[in-house]
Order: sequence, then structure tokens, then C-alpha cells
Amino acid sequence: MNTGTSFWKAAWAVFLKDLIAEWRSREILTAQWTFALLVIFIFDFALEFDPRAQQRVAVGVLWTLFAFAGTLGLNRSLSMERENQCLEGLLLAPVDRGALYLGKALANLVFLFITAAIVIPVYSALYNVSLLHPGFLLVIFLGFVGYIAVGTLIATMTVQARTRDILLPLLLFPLILPIIVAAVRASEGFLLGNPWSEIRTWVNLLVVYNILFGTASFLAFDFVVEG
Amino acid sequence: MTSLMVDVRGLMKRFGYRWVLRGLDWTVESGQVVVLLGPNGAGKTTLLRILATLTRFQGGRVHVAGARLPQEATQARQRIGYLGHATFLYPDLSAEQNLRFFARLYQVPDAETRIHALLEQVGLLARRRDPVRTFSRGMQQRLALARVLLIDPPLLLFDEPFTGLDQEGAATLTDILHELAQQGRTLILTSHDFPRVLPLATRFDLLHRGRITASLPNHGLTIQTLQDWYDTHVTTPVPEERV
Repeated sequence: MNTGTSFWKAAWAVFLKDLIAEWRSREILTAQWTFALLVIFIFDFALEFDPRAQQRVAVGVLWTLFAFAGTLGLNRSLSMERENQCLEGLLLAPVDRGALYLGKALANLVFLFITAAIVIPVYSALYNVSLLHPGFLLVIFLGFVGYIAVGTLIATMTVQARTRDILLPLLLFPLILPIIVAAVRASEGFLLGNPWSEIRTWVNLLVVYNILFGTASFLAFDFVVEG
Repeated sequence: MTSLMVDVRGLMKRFGYRWVLRGLDWTVESGQVVVLLGPNGAGKTTLLRILATLTRFQGGRVHVAGARLPQEATQARQRIGYLGHATFLYPDLSAEQNLRFFARLYQVPDAETRIHALLEQVGLLARRRDPVRTFSRGMQQRLALARVLLIDPPLLLFDEPFTGLDQEGAATLTDILHELAQQGRTLILTSHDFPRVLPLATRFDLLHRGRITASLPNHGLTIQTLQDWYDTHVTTPVPEERV
């Protein structure tokens, strides 16, 4: 007996639906871009007279803005499921809950990558830092995967709460602290041209974090949505 | 021989410390159209949500469309269409895109033809490319009906389906419900719109104080008889029992 829609087809359906909804509303990307560009400009003005400080804090500022812009995107992405109780509509479907999680997470990941693709060139120009380093791009990829894996789960947990705008960063940031620390250190290492032996620990931390927390979030999603 | 589409034994459900369903026993045979009546807060919506696999319960045994809940919920979901108070529609997507999404999720064969036919049936073909956000409540309800029918389920659960519909929308829904009943689908509805559900129902069940306390087969009932039966049973005190 067929026991439901295949995992990958269901994940693809959710992913595609989120992309189409964003294409029509442009709510997530607009919020992320506006916020990220504002942060860049504010820091640029604040540190205008001290180019050395600009260089020193550059990577930290970048990851901070990704973290905050990411929460805006996660909040809006899950708010879409809250309207008309669409999340329940998803739960009615004969599909593995993990597929729903994967579809949402992949869409959130794509939105964050698009934001990064806009933000990084602007950032490079204003802070006079070249960020087009393959190692740095690898860190971006690993950092975003871990961030979105945990963020999608936490956003699903908080979406029904009235104070979700506050609750999401409050619950999410302590959990993603290892990602931010490792990503900042690894990014600095690559951009300053440090030897691989100094960077390896941080990259390994990102990989291990992604495996552990990604798997845990995937498995916990079913429990979270079943309430 | 008739098979049971719904078989509920000793169903218990509580919200916090308040028990809503208190050992409810209930069966619905395949092909029946059962209208569930009861005062506000009686637990009608909760019962339908349990059958739709959306709400967990604390005790009892529930079989829906041949699947035991909650263990076989995925199998049950393939055979259940549920139209509740919320439409489950994405406001930023068009009518067509919403249905296409659900068709992908349920792997509906020949989806495009079916979507076109359903949009025509619910009178939204001309607005198929408009975002759902621009639809009135009644139009959204009609699209939600199309979403339910998309998967062609043998069991359909409708919670106050006439809410928000204008005369034309309600007439369309009534026609569709008649058609579904004639096709031998099992329909379970909650509604107090007696004139609309009377010609449709094979049976009226009363949910009161957490149990099915009365049942009335529809053998040529009139609205007045039904109203009198309802009033009598709702005002009749049901002995409280500790759970």
C-alpha cells in the first residue's frame, strides 16, 4: 500500500511553494536586504575615521548582520504558515514531517544566500575588504546551513507565540553561538591568510555542529509540530 | 455488508483540566451523511480535528478510513478531506498555485486537468491567477472546498462549511455535497443550517457534554421535527460523571 507522498517530492513541493510565495510578495528578501544594508551603512559611518578598526571588526559585523537578518527571514517564512493556519494544512498531507522541515529549511537557506550575494559586494566596497576567498565562501556555506537548520526548528516552535519576534532570537542565539564564534574565527583566518592548521579547528567545529544540530532539528521537527 | 468509516470507542480529550470528550463512542458507516449537532463548546470541532489527525487525544480507540490513529495517521490522511474554520490557503499564491501546491503534496494524478475542473466547479476559474489575498471570505471558502476535493477522498469532514458563504456560494456547496453523497462518499458535517443539511443527511447525531447523547435517522424529517428533537435533547440534563 502506498503510505504517502515520497519524501523528496514533498520537500520539493514545499520548497517551490516558498519560492513562489516569496517571488510574489518579496517580503522576506526586502526585509533582509533593508536591514543588512542599513547595518552596513551605520557601521560604515560609525567607523568612518578609523580604517584599522573597520578592518578589525569587519567579519564580526558581517556575521552579526547575517544572524539578525536571518531571524527576520525565519520569522516571516514561518509567519506565512501561520496565516490561515497553513501549517495545519501541511500537517494534513500524507507526507513525512521531515520533508516539510527540509523544504522550509532549503527555502530559508536560499533566501539567506541571496541576501549574502547582495550584501557581500556592498560590504567589500565600503569596508575595502576583499571577501571573494573560496575559504570564506565555504565558511559562509557551513555557517548558513547550521544557522538555518536550527533556526527553522526554533521559528516553527515560536511561530504561534504572540511574542515570537522577541522569542525567536532569545531562543535561537544561545544555540547558534558556537556557529557565530567558529564562523567569525574561520572567516578571519581565511581572509588574513592564516595557515590551515589554525583555521581547521573552527571549520571542523562548523561541520560537527551542522551534523549534530542538523540531525537533531530534523528529528525534532515532528515532535514540535505535533505539539 | 457495510463497512465502518469511523469507529470511535471511549474517546477522551481534555484541554488543560477540562475534559471535552468523555468516553465518546461513535460509528459512521461508509456512504452515510452524518450531521453532528450540539451546542457551542460541545466538542464538535475537537472531534472532527481528531478524526482529521490534527489533534491528539488522551484515551480511547479511533479508527478512521480503515486506519488506526495515531499509529496509522499517514495512511488515514490520504483518505480524508477536511474543511475546517481556517482555509489553509496561502494568501500570496494565486488560486491555481495553491491548488497546484496541494496537488504536488498529495501527488494528484493529472493535476492540471483536475485543478481546472475544480476551479470551474466552484466558480473561480476566471479568478484563478489572482492572489488569494484579494478574495472575499466566501471565495476563499469555495477555493478551500476545491482544495479538499482535489485529493478525491472517500471521507470528507466539514466543520461549519456554510460559514461566510453568500447565497450563491452556499447553493454551490449544497450541490457539491449532494453530488458527493450520490457518489457514495462518507460525509460528516457540523452545521446548524437545518434547511441546507436536512435534505442531505442520513442521520443527525447530538454531541453533548462530551458524548453522543442522541441519534436521529432522517426518514422524511421536517425542519420543525428536527428543531424540536434538538431542543428537547439539548435541554435534557445529562448526568455529570467524574472522569
